[in-house]
Amino acid sequence: MEIALRIPSEVSLIEEVVELVARHCFAGWDPSRRVQFRFRVALSEALANAMVYGNGQEPALHVEVRAECLPDALHIHVTDEGPGFDPASVRDPVMPDDLELPCGRGLFLIRNLMDDVRFTPPGNSICMTLRRT
Amino acid sequence: MAFTTSKHPTGVLIVEVEGQLIVGNRQELKATIQQALDNGERKLLVDFAKTGYIDSSGLGALVSISKKVREQGGELRLSGLNEDLRSLFELTKLDTLFAIADDTAQALVGF
Repeated sequence: MEIALRIPSEVSLIEEVVELVARHCFAGWDPSRRVQFRFRVALSEALANAMVYGNGQEPALHVEVRAECLPDALHIHVTDEGPGFDPASVRDPVMPDDLELPCGRGLFLIRNLMDDVRFTPPGNSICMTLRRT
Repeated sequence: MAFTTSKHPTGVLIVEVEGQLIVGNRQELKATIQQALDNGERKLLVDFAKTGYIDSSGLGALVSISKKVREQGGELRLSGLNEDLRSLFELTKLDTLFAIADDTAQALVGF
């Protein structure tokens, strides 16, 4: 099963899109509350990154979400229309001096909540994998 | 998504986060807290008992709010985080930055 959406860069849409994709991916499956939480936070985060940092919150630019629901795993692809970035340049935000920074935790959360995270060059497309077991 | 405020008899302003705290509504929470500070409130408790999930923008908003409350001589506490929500604070080490109580009753002790 697969679902694909193309949405404008409006952060007010994120919650609705997350629920729509979650309903599709969890159909016929009864994941734990923890798995559902990890999925929702990571997808919300990826959408926010794509809209805010990738597309600069320009509503004319779109974000594509594609979810592949396979028997062993979910693969969620989120792609923006921005120039991309180097994910290796983003440092973890957990050093004591960084704790009071108001941003910089999004990618860190995704990496810690999903089972696998990959970027496609030039860095404007992320593929997040959540295994079913 | 909504923020409900209520004043406890002890003088603590309780802000309940219903639904999600994410990039789409974090400014609303910041504005709610700023309004409370402008009204002279200095003891603030944000309760997450009715919260689904928080994203990094929501966490960032709480960091900003915490700083602002401290700068104005106030105190901010958090409560009602379930296991999943608490794990976000632990992952990001923000559990070391905030006073986190299991529930509002515990948070109000000694506030």
